[in-house]
Amino acid sequence: MNKGLKFTGVISEEELKRCPGYPSEERFKKGPVAVIECIQEIPCNPCEAACPFGAIEIGEPITNLPVLDEKKCRGCGVCISSCPGLAIFTVDMSYSKTEAVVSFPFEYLPLPKIGEKVKAVNREGRIVTVGRILKIKNSLKNDHTPIISLAIPKKWAAEVRSIVIPQNKKERK
Amino acid sequence: MELVEVAVIGAGPAGLAASIEAAKAGAEVVLIDENNRPGGQLFKQIHKFFGSKSHMAGIRGINIATKLLEDCEKFGVKTLLNTVAFGLFEENRIGLANKDKKSILRAKRIILATGASENVLNFPGWTLPGVMGAGALQTMMNVNRVLPGKRILMIGSGNVGLIVSYQALQAGAKVVAIVEAAPQIGGYGVHAAKIRRAGVPILISHTVKKVFGNDCVEGAVIVRLDKKWKPILGSEKKIKVDVVCLSVGLNPLTELAWMAGCKFVYIPALGGHIPIHNWNMESSKKDLYVAGDLTGVEEASTALEEGKLAGLAVAESLGYLKREKASKRKAEIREQLIALRAGPFGELRRKLKEPFMQGDEIRK
Ligand SMILES: Cc1cc2nc3c(=O)[nH]c(=O)nc-3n(C[C@H](O)[C@H](O)[C@H](O)COP(=O)(O)OP(=O)(O)OC[C@H]3O[C@@H](n4cnc5c(N)ncnc54)[C@H](O)[C@@H]3O)c2cc1C
Ligand code: SF4
Ligand code: SF4
Repeated sequence: MNKGLKFTGVISEEELKRCPGYPSEERFKKGPVAVIECIQEIPCNPCEAACPFGAIEIGEPITNLPVLDEKKCRGCGVCISSCPGLAIFTVDMSYSKTEAVVSFPFEYLPLPKIGEKVKAVNREGRIVTVGRILKIKNSLKNDHTPIISLAIPKKWAAEVRSIVIPQNKKERK
Repeated sequence: MELVEVAVIGAGPAGLAASIEAAKAGAEVVLIDENNRPGGQLFKQIHKFFGSKSHMAGIRGINIATKLLEDCEKFGVKTLLNTVAFGLFEENRIGLANKDKKSILRAKRIILATGASENVLNFPGWTLPGVMGAGALQTMMNVNRVLPGKRILMIGSGNVGLIVSYQALQAGAKVVAIVEAAPQIGGYGVHAAKIRRAGVPILISHTVKKVFGNDCVEGAVIVRLDKKWKPILGSEKKIKVDVVCLSVGLNPLTELAWMAGCKFVYIPALGGHIPIHNWNMESSKKDLYVAGDLTGVEEASTALEEGKLAGLAVAESLGYLKREKASKRKAEIREQLIALRAGPFGELRRKLKEPFMQGDEIRK
């Protein structure tokens, strides 16, 4: 079987290991950090300018992959909504003993409510666990790309990247 | 008959950028488009764009259009909307038609930025209502706010197919599957990834065999393809859908360039026949310039840069810009274009375009 982003639309473990935007295991343990799942040389660079701490570098040519300087990154999440590919997340493994927090861009309506329990999905859209909505950032600066922070059991932090798309209430009946 | 300095046909990113550059330099510019508002493809694009930060990447297409329109206004570009350019005739005459009348406009220089139109695919049932192009689906959803169906099958996994699928999900439809005949996904991985996270399967080496239904689409049969792209008997699968959306490429809208007698090359990877041009975006015909998807289907970012080149070259040829100043700006834009065409997705386009994109001496 053909594996990897180009064949399945899902980034493979191998690809993640080689990805210069993917933090090291040690860095994950230290607290919130950006996870940049962008592995093809496409002409794109808004994430670079978005980071207030200069933690993302692309440089010239513009097709270079974004490289994360995990020492400079504070996991603030500002870069998430700047990415037209919706390929940037933050993960906080230090949130509590049992839970991690994954933050991701979410451009679907209606948005969930703070505190709500929702089904969390992996990169294939498969439901893997249930999470709790902690925070939704949706300021003008996000330009209609809300960022959802979701608390989930730690062991799913490397997999959960979104939640199930809400159904329109009217049609649910 | 009215005589203007510059006429630009097509108000997409290429035509808008060309108009702005020429008008900024001091030329009199008339911009013509068949739609009731300028912007071309951009008005359907509610997603954030790729590209370089300095060229409006990360901004939604529709907002890019708004910004360009402001600049057009600022520099005094005159726009003729709801107006089709139906022909190019001798002595730089352009035939125009709107609802009320036909007219002829003469221009010292003409820039063609007509964009591209969608390819179609035929299969049994392809004429049933519910089978439509990705552009049509996008226009219905994002401009007219109508969702033509609840369960969509997307044919083609290029960036257009992936983005329109995403927008269909946002609009509340279910995208049942994306099928792709090639053995790999055509568009950017990041676009594919966001569709997969939403639970949409992308089936490579698959195509649509037929579409069925009484008065409209009620379902489709998809089939797996072998290494030689032949359907594998017995692998057919029936799926329930009410929209089958085609996103199988675009081809440049070249009619006006043919009519003017431009020389063409045939490059399938750029969408088919494209008019030959140099680094000034000047075609083989005197006074006629070309830019954007018409010169090879690419992206809004490249269309903008090509438009700027054409606008600058036209202004220079009319004496509004000194050679040194124009050369400096053109060199910067060329660098941008080369950078935008780097990487695995753009490299081929650069290699295909460069052989004839040479020379930028202004023809007097
Ligand atoms: C779904 C989708 C998503 C895309 N996403 C991106 C992206 O993220 N980033 C990116 O860089 N690019 C993207 N693109 C590509 C981009 O939109 C096009 O490459 C770009 O619009 C081409 O610009 P253009 O000015 O050449 O043509 P167009 O935008 O097509 O404009 C041509 C205009 O000319 C008009 N016209 C044509 N013939 C005539 C005539 N005879 N008389 C009068 N008017 C005429 C047309 O109606 C149209 O308004 C996307 C395209 C699609 C379809
Ligand atoms: S999370 Fe904050 S610090 Fe880290 S790369 Fe993104 S913007 Fe920079
Ligand atoms: S903005 Fe997103 S898609 Fe663009 S280079 Fe950065 S991570 Fe990749």
